[in-house]
Amino acid sequence: MWPDQRIVRFVNENFLPARVHVKNDAPAFKRYSERYQSPWTPTILVLDPDGVEQHRIEGFLPADDLLAQVMLGRARMAFQRQHWAEAERRFREIADKLPETDAAPEALYWAGVAPYKATGDPKSLKETAQAFTTRFQNSPWAKKASVWR
Amino acid sequence: MEISFRHDVDQVLKDAKAQQQPVLLDFSAAPM
Repeated sequence: MWPDQRIVRFVNENFLPARVHVKNDAPAFKRYSERYQSPWTPTILVLDPDGVEQHRIEGFLPADDLLAQVMLGRARMAFQRQHWAEAERRFREIADKLPETDAAPEALYWAGVAPYKATGDPKSLKETAQAFTTRFQNSPWAKKASVWR
Repeated sequence: MEISFRHDVDQVLKDAKAQQQPVLLDFSAAPM
């Protein structure tokens, strides 16, 4: 079920959505679950235009967390394609608009990496490490960013 | 409003490549 209109809108605007159902479309489910090594439901994969997996969401999530994870998948794709400004904007949007979700600290981390990848200037890494001293302090991503201080 | 899920995944993947669009693939057991 996808009852949240924010998720519906984001998916329709950002992806070509496809579904295989474990019972109603068993042959397709078997085929694609083997191809992507995804035997469990619910599982959502974000695939790039070549069909390569870029992000995986396994198990039920509340609406805010599911929206953040779908947004994270889209941001990671922009990052993989080296669209640095777009990636930063998408990551930062997650951290700022959905700060209570598990995806938010990861998004803040990568929002700092994207401009560094674009310019080679470590300023954004230092700023991100500093931001983690006041936000998401107990997350694993704060530990990862601590080396940039 | 609903998500416009398609079930012809092969064609979706072909369209994604042609349009350079990402795909969201949902493995579901939800009641339909």
